[in-house]
Amino acid sequence: MTPLPPGRVEERLRARFPGVEIRRQEGEAVRDLTLFVPAASLVEIATFLRDDPELDFAMLSWIAGVDWLPREPRFEVVYGLLSLARAARLTLKVALPGENPRVPTVTGVWPSADWLERETWDFYGIEFTGHPNLKRILLPEDWSGWPLRKDSPLGYDEVAFTHNTSERVKPAPELTRLKPKKVRTRAR
Amino acid sequence: MTINMGPQHPATHGVLRVALELDGERILKAEPIVGYLHTGMEKQAEYKTYTQSIPQTDRMDYLAPMSNNLAFCLAVEKLLGVTPPLRAVHARVLLTELTRLASHLVWLGTHAMDIGAMSMFFYTFREREEILAMYEQVCGARMTATYFRVGGLAHDLPVGLLERAQDFLDRLPGHFEEYTALLSGNPIWLARTKGVAVLPRERAIALGATGPMLRGSGVRWDLRRNMPYSGYDEYEFDVPVGEHGDAFDRYLVRLEEMRQARRICLQAIERLRAIGPGDYRLRDYKYVLPPKEDVKTSMEALIHHFKIVAHGFFPPQGEAYQGIENPKGELGFYLVSDGSPKPWRMKVRSPSFVNLQTLDTMVRGRLVADVITAIGTLDIVLGEVDR
Repeated sequence: MTPLPPGRVEERLRARFPGVEIRRQEGEAVRDLTLFVPAASLVEIATFLRDDPELDFAMLSWIAGVDWLPREPRFEVVYGLLSLARAARLTLKVALPGENPRVPTVTGVWPSADWLERETWDFYGIEFTGHPNLKRILLPEDWSGWPLRKDSPLGYDEVAFTHNTSERVKPAPELTRLKPKKVRTRAR
Repeated sequence: MTINMGPQHPATHGVLRVALELDGERILKAEPIVGYLHTGMEKQAEYKTYTQSIPQTDRMDYLAPMSNNLAFCLAVEKLLGVTPPLRAVHARVLLTELTRLASHLVWLGTHAMDIGAMSMFFYTFREREEILAMYEQVCGARMTATYFRVGGLAHDLPVGLLERAQDFLDRLPGHFEEYTALLSGNPIWLARTKGVAVLPRERAIALGATGPMLRGSGVRWDLRRNMPYSGYDEYEFDVPVGEHGDAFDRYLVRLEEMRQARRICLQAIERLRAIGPGDYRLRDYKYVLPPKEDVKTSMEALIHHFKIVAHGFFPPQGEAYQGIENPKGELGFYLVSDGSPKPWRMKVRSPSFVNLQTLDTMVRGRLVADVITAIGTLDIVLGEVDR
């Protein structure tokens, strides 16, 4: 097992996909190699990263959504890739608009994406087109709203009884700024 | 026919529900349904400072609280670009490896009990209790430790802990003998685990399995070895792997991991003794609380103390992911910072959640009784699956 030389992943990707806009995330404290790729070429790039014998990113370790409200493009889907053969990580990012965010599924490339994408759908309402079973996973089926979006308040759910009356009457300031909405509706 | 297994089923270790599609006793499809313990930890973290999120991590994998603390603290330290002093590094290794022992002991006891070997549970909980007593000595809590801090430890290791740990570790090989004597040659155990819940190598990688689940399928992958963190590159230990990817191989892998964890603990004790008393926390007061004695005498320290307690520390803008080898697999934290004292986004990559996806592969075409073995061998904690 030899470590990948720095910049090698980017070099290989650019050589293989010359027409595709691949942007490296720069920043004061971006600690891992992070590449922005367009949603349209995501599956192609993912397949290449998995199958290329030199890079061999055989495992999709995690997927995270990020909401950058009020910035546009508002959403980011972040893919944490792991190469067992090279002991290397790569973070892929896809930027998505606030209206109708959708990105093609990578379940065909890495089966582990199944639950990870469902989780992101559950929290952010980002649609993974072509996903075989896109439904809520951690929240109840009848939940409405996307709780990890920044315009969704932390809020208090109506409870039958509580000792925290003072907290109920006076929620923290950051909670009052966003008007709590009734988030649960019963389908029945 | 479709039947529900759980969420109130003793062998599901919490509130896991599995919808089983059956043809007689044969399983056509097993779909785990999770979320009963969802508490929105990722959302809550966005409303808390980094330090306030540490107690949350204890409650994810509550069988391995110290490991969770470590993963979170390492992720924040990576974001800040700081490294804790050596004494803290090795104390963290000692405690996380004790945690690995405790977690594997619970797994061994409950897994055996699921399959019908009741007595195993009492043996393993006897040893686990000793580890929990050590936790109590260290931080006052048996399970919700919250002992690690960004930049080091909350306070120094208590006097007498190293001797106590040494004494416990010296007695441990005898206990390992007891476990293997009870199980390894036991015909019922062999019949229930050998060739059951098989996870082929390629499938394990494709489904993102980590930890003993991956190693049991023959992949020699251990983050402590392959992508070292927290000083693990200085430690000597072996990474055991299985051959067939069945429940029995994973049992052997975890047993061997316990022996290796003991080895690492002994090395950590040696190192801590060699280092002797000293700094257990960084002296970078932009991020770390100054010692209490200084706060009482120095105005600067008082200001730092006040600032960190009142609104937390300000990390640079950016993001970091840090994964560690938890007892159950790769536990990772992905942190996005907008420069404010609260994370813009905290994502938990929990091993139990990802490993649970392999359940269907392991039980398809097998009998209903094998689902119990498969859930046991997965070693999941629902608090971490649902977060």
